[in-house]
Amino acid sequence: MTGKKRFTQGIQKRASWHIPDNQVTPESVFNDRRNIIKALGLGALGASLPGQVQAGIFDLFGEQKAQNPFVTQGLQYATPAKFVLPNPKTPEDKVTRHNNFYEFGTSKSDPVDNAQGFKVDPWTLTIDGLVDKPITLDLHELTTRFALEERTYRLRCVEAWSMVVPWVGFSLASLLKQAGVQSNATHIAFETLFDPDQMPGQKSRLMGGGIHYPYVEGLTVAEAMNDLSFLAVGLYGKTLPPQNGAPIRLVVPWKYGFKSIKSIVRIRVMDKQPPTSWNQLASSEYGFYANVNPEVDHPRWSQASERSIGEGGLFSAKRIPTQMFNGYGDSVADLYKNIDLRKFY
Amino acid sequence: MRISPRGLFWLKVLLHISFLLPAFYLVALVLTDNAGGDPVQYIIHYTGMGAINSLLATLLISPIAKRFKIAALMQTRRLVGLYVCAYALLHISAFISLDLLFAWGLLFEEVIKRPYILVGAATLIIILLLAITSPKRIKRSMGKRWQSLHNWIYLAAILAPIHFYWSVKSEIIEPSIYIALFAVLLFYRKDSIYKWLKPKK
Ligand code: HEM
Repeated sequence: MTGKKRFTQGIQKRASWHIPDNQVTPESVFNDRRNIIKALGLGALGASLPGQVQAGIFDLFGEQKAQNPFVTQGLQYATPAKFVLPNPKTPEDKVTRHNNFYEFGTSKSDPVDNAQGFKVDPWTLTIDGLVDKPITLDLHELTTRFALEERTYRLRCVEAWSMVVPWVGFSLASLLKQAGVQSNATHIAFETLFDPDQMPGQKSRLMGGGIHYPYVEGLTVAEAMNDLSFLAVGLYGKTLPPQNGAPIRLVVPWKYGFKSIKSIVRIRVMDKQPPTSWNQLASSEYGFYANVNPEVDHPRWSQASERSIGEGGLFSAKRIPTQMFNGYGDSVADLYKNIDLRKFY
Repeated sequence: MRISPRGLFWLKVLLHISFLLPAFYLVALVLTDNAGGDPVQYIIHYTGMGAINSLLATLLISPIAKRFKIAALMQTRRLVGLYVCAYALLHISAFISLDLLFAWGLLFEEVIKRPYILVGAATLIIILLLAITSPKRIKRSMGKRWQSLHNWIYLAAILAPIHFYWSVKSEIIEPSIYIALFAVLLFYRKDSIYKWLKPKK
């Protein structure tokens, strides 16, 4: 470690003296490691070691965070009152450091550790299939073509934990209306970027948890046209960090989190139900609909309650009852009037 | 190879350090905010892995002692075995206190309804029984029954990796490797297992 190079976490701009990734240990990481050494009571020993050695010791333990944080940008948006929630929000540093995004590794901390070098520029999102006018959007258009709004949604993971997240984006319906969904269409298919060079989980089966990539998801046209279905380009007022699905992701808050597909490159309008990733992997555990439903348990655990991840430390979390459709029944229950939700979970 | 009492003492010190250090490292990771944005699942996984790795280590001792003819190694089995129990207790305490947040009703329901939790609970009961009966005094007073009780470790060695395999969502490679490792260690003991299972006259 030469001289004093300061890195600040989660900032907006990359300074002109920017040093290529992996050459320097960011000071925040460096300090974390020092704190660990102190906490281990090895302060005296640790202090006598040169920086690279200190950092190296922790690489032995598999700590690899020596990357520059991804650069996000502030966004302009409205805040419609009907999408404001009274619930306290999950703090930003938990929303961005506890993610299921197997393309970057299967543990909750892998995405933030492995995704900071992810490139979103250039990006192309294609909307095609049974539409009148296929559309392609580049990175700039993702945040400029539609008026952005902030919506705070509950997010319920199929693993029985939940968060409250302020997303920024636009409704999926507004995009589909521009493309013009044809009358014979029944379903919408979504696809995540496939780029094994950038997404280590797509390269290695061990890291990617055995999912067949690219990750794919789907909705019915009626679900996609519902007012709640949202394409998020931002989080906490800024563009999305990669671990949360940069540069654009789906948010369908009445369904389990795995339906809300990340880093989307293609949206295709179809006349049949498309395959979906978790359903392909274990159809007895994850259905196509995957609506949040406290009465239908996952075969291996109960879905009746959830651990709500909020502010504060380890013991401050709460277990709360899970609500039907994650509490969005008023807006979506009609979609499933004629469906047996036990059979079509 | 012979190990002097002094050598055995230092070997035990070394073993204590190797099993304690990972636990302190976990505490340090959590205190310094390095165990992820929400460390709960991290802690459950970490301590579960601690338990299963220690179990693997316990079962490795006697093959190593026999292969390299280091009889004194056998005297470290109790120490390592107690760390299996310690990590397993940390694991289940983390699950109850941090994940279930003391929803005892839910714990009860999950143990009954979910096979992988039931398998974990059965493993824990075996490990607890072995730990409780491990002091020399109890061993002596149990006589022959001690060995037949402690043979149940073989069952724990089958159940623990099954619990692991069953608990994951899709990442089956790692648990499969553990199943294979335990299978090898059990195969090594096939004669004693056969003797144990053979109906006694
Ligand atoms: C009543 C007893 C037990 C309960 C309730 C229990 C509960 C759990 C739960 C809930 C998980 C999954 C965590 C998650 O995916 O979020 C898990 C994983 C695991 N458990 Fe247990 N467990 C018990 C006993 C044991 C014992 C005795 C061992 C080992 C000797 C063990 C080893 C493991 C391992 C290795 C994992 C996988 C860690 C990973 O996901 O990487 N468990 N256990």
